[in-house]
Amino acid sequence: MLTFLQQLLNGLTISSFYAFVALGYSLVYAILKLINFAHGDLFGLGAYVGYTVFVYAFGVIGSVLGLWGLLVAGFVAAALATAGAGLAIERVAYRPIYPIGRLPAVVSALGMSIFLSNFLMAVWGPRYLAYQDAFIPGGFWQIGDFRIRILQVLILLSSLVLLGILYFLVERTTFGAAIRAVALDRETAALMGIDFLRVIRFAFAMGPALGAIAGVFVGMYYRQINFTMGWVYGLKAFTATIMGGIGNIPGAMVGGVLLGLLEAMTAGYISAAWKDVFVFAALMLMLIFRPTGLLGEKVAEKV
Amino acid sequence: MRWLGKRRAWCSKKWVRLAFLVVALALLLSFPFRASRYWVDVGFYVGLYALLGLGLNVILGEVGLFNLGHAAFWALGAYTTAILNVRFGIPTLALLPVSALVAAGCAWLISFPIIHLRGDYLCIVTIALGEIVRLVLINNPGGLTGGPNGVVGIARPVIAGHVIRTPTDFYFLVWAVVAICALALRQLQRSRLGRAWNYIREDEIAAEAMGVDVRSLKLLAFVLGAAAAGLAGNIFAAKMRMVSPDSFTFIESCLMFSIVLLGGMGSIPGTILGAALVVLFPEIFRPVAQYRLLFFGLALAATMYFRPGGLWPRRRTMEFLMGQVER
Repeated sequence: MLTFLQQLLNGLTISSFYAFVALGYSLVYAILKLINFAHGDLFGLGAYVGYTVFVYAFGVIGSVLGLWGLLVAGFVAAALATAGAGLAIERVAYRPIYPIGRLPAVVSALGMSIFLSNFLMAVWGPRYLAYQDAFIPGGFWQIGDFRIRILQVLILLSSLVLLGILYFLVERTTFGAAIRAVALDRETAALMGIDFLRVIRFAFAMGPALGAIAGVFVGMYYRQINFTMGWVYGLKAFTATIMGGIGNIPGAMVGGVLLGLLEAMTAGYISAAWKDVFVFAALMLMLIFRPTGLLGEKVAEKV
Repeated sequence: MRWLGKRRAWCSKKWVRLAFLVVALALLLSFPFRASRYWVDVGFYVGLYALLGLGLNVILGEVGLFNLGHAAFWALGAYTTAILNVRFGIPTLALLPVSALVAAGCAWLISFPIIHLRGDYLCIVTIALGEIVRLVLINNPGGLTGGPNGVVGIARPVIAGHVIRTPTDFYFLVWAVVAICALALRQLQRSRLGRAWNYIREDEIAAEAMGVDVRSLKLLAFVLGAAAAGLAGNIFAAKMRMVSPDSFTFIESCLMFSIVLLGGMGSIPGTILGAALVVLFPEIFRPVAQYRLLFFGLALAATMYFRPGGLWPRRRTMEFLMGQVER
């Protein structure tokens, strides 16, 4: 029972990472029908920017505002930098190529992914970097043998709050209606006076910003980051996106939770070495039996 | 545009193309006798990636199935060769067709349940497949694959008493296989089957409505493409004399995908050109080795912007129309 609870907590924590990153994929896919392969690497960029702020601003901000001020500064810097990078990539690598066709866009996205991960390696070096204890909230609550880290609570709470805000924004506001309209039919939406470039910019700023927050959390949780991390988390988050149903926000969250729990439980009960095999096998089964994902709507094939 | 049309007509003259082919063949054949061992090795890798590219070209170029896990079939071929050779002592060269068959058989088994998926969904499943194969190889089921260290000590191939050892030997081995595959693919392209494949790529629903057996033809493309990758796996294992999971990562699948799209979908010379670019790029940028993949990523995006159809697209429409007129 204890193992189960502990794995449940761990699973929910990783779920938050996946849900954060999955949202970025889902937003972009809903609007452009493009798998933004660079998204995973943007997540990695966020982790690195956060690391840099923590290391270099530790003395200045840390002494004035304390640990929590430093954390906020790191998250904001990572989110802003990554959102900027996301917008730049959209402007340079996707917008000119997107009208040409979907395959060139996919290749361009792959190219951007390769570029970004190697950019991280060129700037920060190929070795693992460690998030130091000094800028990780370290406390925990102990209930019997069951241990809850404050960091885990922080991760779970912030994911609930941020995803809640995003859900409200997309489902309940006028701008959200514009996003959904563009996702349904870009041309008709444009005819109705919706500025779809604005919607696209929103997707390419919001997705990477959320991804960057997840990146900093991953750095804090596992205490180390590497330039290849974007690819691993990117692939798993995309798996989560598809499991939940691509193109809708609750779907990305449900998929993230499902994937995180599956991973934690396989690691806890079956084998840590085989957990990724189980995850990808689950993805394939999902695609074979319910290709639209858990919460995806049945979409009629356009002829 | 008129100038373009003229140039095309000039290119399509039979003797020009024949002369071009002869010059290319002469260069290919004389290359190992003029270049250093190092560059012959580079030539070998161009051939190897051309073979992989030709295989993926059947799947991606001819039928338009997004396959981003082609390295899995390459790995299956290489590990088949490695395990059967090291465990049972079967000669490496005799395993060439066996590797192709195993890769093709696995491709059939794997793609059977997923072949109905379209576009991006298929793309993601093939990425997952590639990862599953790599993770299984690392996890060493039944002590067969040797885990992260892989399998070592693969015997050198022997052709009629001649041991294939030097870079030049391997160069000729791989290019011979490439030539056979390219010829076979060219014949397929001009057959009913090739036209049906292209029809599926252009409009799957219309193809189905016209009575094309979409499902079987897609499966066939997967099987043939995987067989070529299996051949490449055998040659790779023989050349390296060891196989390990590190050689078959996602980036390899990405490279193969780029080869086909850089060259031009469905174009045989384009695929070979793409392979040459992908292999030569890191060699040329060796002085800035740390940044070469960075530039590669940029180059990939730039090529898609300036030449979305690839660098050497297949001249399908012109050829087809002119053929009609001549008849």
